[in-house]
Amino acid sequence: MRGITKRFGDLVANDHIDITVEPGEVHALLGENGAGKSTLMNQLYGLLQPDEGEIVVNGEAKVFRSPRDAIAAGIGMVHQHFMLVPVFTVAENLALGAEEVRGGPLGILDRRRNRRDVLETSRKYGLPVDPDALVENLPVGAQQRVEIVKALIRDVDLLILDEPTAVLTPQETDELLRVMRSLAETGKSIVFITHKLREVKAIADRITVIRRGQTVAAVGPETSEDELAALMVGRDVSLEVTKTPADPGADILKITGLVVDDDRGIRAVDGVDLSVRAGEVLGVAGVQGNGQTELVEAIMGLRPVRTGRVELDGQDLAGRSTKQVLRAGVGYVPEDRSLDGVVKDFTVAENLVLDLYDRPPFGNGFQLNPKAIADSAAERVSQFDIRTASAGAAVGTLSGGNQQKVVVAREMSRPLRLLIASQPTRGVDVGSIEFIHRRIIHERDNGTAVLVVSSELDEVVGLADRIAVMYRGRILAIVSPDLPREEIGLLMAGITDAGEASK
Amino acid sequence: MTDVTAPAEKDEQRPESFFGLFLRNMWSANTVTVTTLSIILALVIGAILIVVSDADVLAKFAYFTARPGDALGASGDLIGRAYADLFKGAIFDPASFRAWFDGTGTWQAAFNPVSETLTYAAPLVFTGLSVAIAFRGGLFNIGGQGQAVIGCVMAGVAGFAVGLPIGIHLVVALLAGALGGALWGFVPGLLKARTGAHEVITTIMLNYTATLFLGWLILQSGVRDPERSDAISKTIAHSAELPAMPAPLRVHLGIVLAVLATAGVAWLLDRSAFGFELRAVGVNPPAAKTAGMSVARTYTLLMVVAGALAGLGGATQVLGTADKLTAQVAGNIGFDGLLVALLGRNKPWGTLFAAILYGALRAGGNLMQVDVGISLELVTVLQALIVIFIAAPALVKAIFQLRAARAARLGASMAKGW
Repeated sequence: MRGITKRFGDLVANDHIDITVEPGEVHALLGENGAGKSTLMNQLYGLLQPDEGEIVVNGEAKVFRSPRDAIAAGIGMVHQHFMLVPVFTVAENLALGAEEVRGGPLGILDRRRNRRDVLETSRKYGLPVDPDALVENLPVGAQQRVEIVKALIRDVDLLILDEPTAVLTPQETDELLRVMRSLAETGKSIVFITHKLREVKAIADRITVIRRGQTVAAVGPETSEDELAALMVGRDVSLEVTKTPADPGADILKITGLVVDDDRGIRAVDGVDLSVRAGEVLGVAGVQGNGQTELVEAIMGLRPVRTGRVELDGQDLAGRSTKQVLRAGVGYVPEDRSLDGVVKDFTVAENLVLDLYDRPPFGNGFQLNPKAIADSAAERVSQFDIRTASAGAAVGTLSGGNQQKVVVAREMSRPLRLLIASQPTRGVDVGSIEFIHRRIIHERDNGTAVLVVSSELDEVVGLADRIAVMYRGRILAIVSPDLPREEIGLLMAGITDAGEASK
Repeated sequence: MTDVTAPAEKDEQRPESFFGLFLRNMWSANTVTVTTLSIILALVIGAILIVVSDADVLAKFAYFTARPGDALGASGDLIGRAYADLFKGAIFDPASFRAWFDGTGTWQAAFNPVSETLTYAAPLVFTGLSVAIAFRGGLFNIGGQGQAVIGCVMAGVAGFAVGLPIGIHLVVALLAGALGGALWGFVPGLLKARTGAHEVITTIMLNYTATLFLGWLILQSGVRDPERSDAISKTIAHSAELPAMPAPLRVHLGIVLAVLATAGVAWLLDRSAFGFELRAVGVNPPAAKTAGMSVARTYTLLMVVAGALAGLGGATQVLGTADKLTAQVAGNIGFDGLLVALLGRNKPWGTLFAAILYGALRAGGNLMQVDVGISLELVTVLQALIVIFIAAPALVKAIFQLRAARAARLGASMAKGW
């Protein structure tokens, strides 16, 4: 790709980017959210058309009007959000868009041939998939394999993987990295989009760093993580969370024998015992979907408790409304920011009082006090470094990191007993991550009990004073963050010291 | 602005004059522009319909190539007269003003058009506000009609069945109307909150229930006027009537109440804790729930408020204009309220102006029908066209080649309720 430029209105998403991918190489595209990585790759895959510049494949300039053109030129892409039909089988999904038919104009689907093709490709690249399994029944890692096979079956030479590891366990990630390596050895080229430095270091042959739509560096894998982070952000950042040892006090949150069902009525939390002490951070590590969401929602009164007790300062929280739980001094940073955390159509100021609007000084149960809301908003915006045009701007216009700062600012702007932060830095740029982590530690040092739930092991290890590993609705173990990553990773996959998969 | 001799170079420094900026904003596809242009487009299509519906003018088009002037002249004349009548019937007629100053006419005649406009507008303000506030809370209240009908019934019955002193009687009748509408809104609100039953379905069904109940009620002894053979109720006591201007003017206190209600709804939305809740629930229920608000309570309360507003609209109709209950007493005010809210972009003051525009079209249409012989249905067509264009901003933008500014989101505005 030469001199690729793409503009959206006034925003230049890609500014004369050059990138060359050699056959058989794993090329990492590194950059923060919104740096323009996905935009660049969407142009390569024909989803967007560049305003300037050209795409050259094997010495031949090409114009891609749609993904169909890109696939024809040997380029495949695996998206961050899987493009699979859940109720179809693996084979049906792989055939979608390129169905084998027989019977001429009758167009009868040739399921047998289709199935054979799947098995053949799967065997050829060492990617085991069951062609007859329904996609909705497969674990995430397997679904991703299906996506990769889907691209390979169309006989591509260049495979684009957009943030492929975001949903995987550490073990699945290692597995994926192995697959990438073996694909590269067969001569396929791979573009690997990510913002996780560890993976880049582990797999990439070359690394292109993009910042604000421009290529800032093309480096080799020998570059250190700190250097890469500095290149991404444009300044030195500390990846390590600096904190003093915790000075834990009394139990603030005490959970005993908690059982919670998910939306489908399936047991999601299956007898959890936990306690969080004042002045400590308890990290809950685990692959997403192992009951962490339901655990937190049950504490917050957003989900009914089947059995068990949740106590805050010795008082049972069961049966209390979310409002009462918040009033009792619990701060809550929900995992899905755009759905649960902010109201995007509301202004920054309104979002900053989303759970305080009916309490003095912001108002009472009857009316609001716009002046107090505006004054407090101005203060929070500067205190939490929220980058916005004004406190009156809609939150939806802010970047993900700044939206998250709004949530964090709101929850930390009142005296807390307990802070629950779910995926506090998901989809947040490196600079904001650093800031949010500092605030969480600051809150801990003020004597608040902090419960951090994250599927990013690095984050849990960095923040937590104790780590509870959650697997299939249970706490498998409570460990120290000094335990080697690999061991925590094994626990996250449900493998206990006994060496057997826990059921 | 006041300094006329402002140095010229100051103007040159500014990249654009105030007027240029005004024009540019005018021409970018913001909501005001789209609304205005929608009205203009509707009038243009209305003009074509006027010509097509007139046999005499159409006949002149038969020899269009020979003498185009005939056909065009006649068309222009007809359109001009029709729209002039629309204006005269809705706002003011210079002739009657002249007559008033000459002493040959009365001031009542001079102000009659405005009076008619506001008379038609008053109930629509209430029903429009009912739809608008529900929509801001994420609910699509199709039940304005049923709520207004029950408002009519309660206000009417309170008006003739109870004897109370003047003043108090009116307040009681109005409150009865509001209460009736609130009850009719409470039911779908509660069903939505408790069982998730879609308010569109339940409110539509309650519309039928309300209309049929009214039809049954006015035939019952005690309600039906014993001196009449047709289905009509007793007349409302004077003490319960909304005070009106001297006859023949029909405008009554209802329009003042409507303006107060508009201010009240505006306050509720922007300044009250409940308004904050309902707006949050309206755009993002999960976030509202996470922040500790009760979505179920908000839905229920919101439908009660929306129902009460529509019920007040019905009460205004009965206590201000109709005087008695008939099967058609509520007319179409509930459904027109939907369109008024859409035209007013679900904003309180916007809804007020939209209702007045609707009232004006209706009042002007009456004169147009009498004077030029164009069916009142044309007004309905105009109203519908305006709404169609507003619902399809992309179409309006394409026709006028507007710059695509901000208006892209308008399209989804009404559909969201589903």
